[in-house]
Amino acid sequence: MSTIILLLVTGLGLGALYFLIASGLSLTYGLMRVLNFAHGIFLTVGGYASWWIAVRLPLEDPWRFLVALVGCMLVGAIVAAAVEVSLIRPLYRRHIEQVLVTVGLALAFTALVQGIFGADPISYPAPRWTQGVTQLAGANIPNSRLLAIAVAAAVFLLLSAFLRFTRWGLIVRAGVENRAMVTALGIDVQRAFTLVFALGGVAAALAGALGALYFGNIDPQRGTATLIFAFIVIVIGGLGSFTGSVLAAVVVGLLQQFINYYASVYWGFSAAGDLSVVLLLAVVLLWRPQGLLGRSVG
Amino acid sequence: MSKQSDSLSPQGRGLGRGAWGTATAVVVFALLAAVPFADFEIPGLFNGLLSQPGALQLLALCAVFAGVALSYNLLFGYTGLLSFGHALYFSVGIYVTDILLTRYHWALVPALATTFAAGIALPLVLGAISLRVGGIAFAMVTLAFAQAGSILVYANPARLTGGEEGLGLDVTRIPDFLIGVINTKNLYWIALGYLVFTFVVCWWAVNSRPGKVWQAIRENERRVEVMGLNPYVFKLLTFTLSGFLATLGGIVYLLLLGGATPGVTTASLSLSLLLMVVLGGAGSLWGPALGGALYEYLDFRLLKLSSSSEIHALPGWLRAPLAEPLFILGVLFILLVFFFPGGIAGIAGRLRRAARPHRPLPGVEAPAKVAP
Repeated sequence: MSTIILLLVTGLGLGALYFLIASGLSLTYGLMRVLNFAHGIFLTVGGYASWWIAVRLPLEDPWRFLVALVGCMLVGAIVAAAVEVSLIRPLYRRHIEQVLVTVGLALAFTALVQGIFGADPISYPAPRWTQGVTQLAGANIPNSRLLAIAVAAAVFLLLSAFLRFTRWGLIVRAGVENRAMVTALGIDVQRAFTLVFALGGVAAALAGALGALYFGNIDPQRGTATLIFAFIVIVIGGLGSFTGSVLAAVVVGLLQQFINYYASVYWGFSAAGDLSVVLLLAVVLLWRPQGLLGRSVG
Repeated sequence: MSKQSDSLSPQGRGLGRGAWGTATAVVVFALLAAVPFADFEIPGLFNGLLSQPGALQLLALCAVFAGVALSYNLLFGYTGLLSFGHALYFSVGIYVTDILLTRYHWALVPALATTFAAGIALPLVLGAISLRVGGIAFAMVTLAFAQAGSILVYANPARLTGGEEGLGLDVTRIPDFLIGVINTKNLYWIALGYLVFTFVVCWWAVNSRPGKVWQAIRENERRVEVMGLNPYVFKLLTFTLSGFLATLGGIVYLLLLGGATPGVTTASLSLSLLLMVVLGGAGSLWGPALGGALYEYLDFRLLKLSSSSEIHALPGWLRAPLAEPLFILGVLFILLVFFFPGGIAGIAGRLRRAARPHRPLPGVEAPAKVAP
């Protein structure tokens, strides 16, 4: 029983990381049909920025991490906005070129981080609380997972409120429905897009810092590796569907965690969970090509 | 990239401008075939004599990637399908052959025959699934399937793939004339033969009737549907053919390097193939071949450069980026997409048109219709 609860919470923790990356990807795709292959670099930025800040701050533990977290969100927003303005916007509506440019950026940036900080994982100065465990129905749950779930839930609520109750959110929702009509009404969707892109950068940067706690280190390749699962999440959830990406992130995180655990216990094969996620993708595509909550084929 | 390629205009198709194109291709390949007899140096480009194993090995690698880039170009350049999983089919050629020879001790011929079968069956099945979605979703699904292959190779099930350490090839199963540094020239000819074969197959395919439909799908898929053709079947055909050609490239690569390393299964190889094709110019034949060869050459030389003493003498802020070949290639690629979207073939086309100013310029490059 305690094993199941542990797997449930760690699976949700993994799903929380996926959600933080997938939400930005899904919104940018829904609004402008931009597939940002460089979205993984925001995760890398978040991880390295929070590490860089944390090791330099002369503060005590909880404050040090909180300041680093806020700092990495700021850096994530700035980097994302800079990428949008300098690389994505000039190629407006040329979707393939946009994908190509973000591919080039992802390769170059990962190589740059590797060149500056080295290819090996760097151990992360995690606060003591996140290294401990909490007793929950007899299971020892690592606090870093609980933190990831809490932050992702907060981001979900804030983003939902933003989309639902603000004027910008209204523009974004309308733009996802029918961008041509919103533009024809004289509303600048491009500016809403820059905002959404920056918010996606913030969420991914948070995922970078929380992922550093989750894995205990930062690594230049993790951005791309996690991004691939985030892609699977948004295809399963339905491209452009915000709620779909939440649902799919939870399903994928749980499936991966449960199968990874039981396959390695019973067959000694620990990659089965990762493979089963790809299998789930194939099944969803055969059954519902538009994804769980998607409406039409992208 | 330039989608209004010359292959659609009446004055030339595919291979080049009719007989001149064929003659140029024959001369170029004949010259390349004679390289193992070239006992001279090209200072700056290659270390030592051109006929020496070091230069031949590099040239053979360039030929293999030129061929694999050509196979990817069938998908991306001619049919407008953006796949991020082509590395999977290349890896099938490497790992299936290697496992059958080294782990199961099969003879060469049945091992190759099985690999051929796998190189057709796998893209057929995975293509049938992933082509159910179009555009960006297709890109992500192919990426996911290739990632599954990569995870499998790294996980080393039943100790078959060797995991991170890779799997050296059992050379007792390979004919003697393909083993050892002294026989590099034979391997070079095989690699060149693979390139010529792929080139001819691609030329034949894009000029065949299905090839015309591929290009029509790239330009406007819905119109193809309206004309009563089923784009799905034609897309599956190009997916399978290009996957099979990549598998052949994997076999040659395995022979050339004498073993498998898991790095070739990762997404970065698929992305590199995309870079090669765009660098050369998607939707032409010699462009991507040149792009593949050039990319591989640059990658190799930049890696050598990164460990050189000149780079180590630089200050730290300059050394870190310059020591990473992928940083330079990635930045180069971004600049290319912005300023020379047609790649090398596009630049050559511009020069040709500039030389003959009376010919009207076709419209500015239109983006591929991947996302509706």
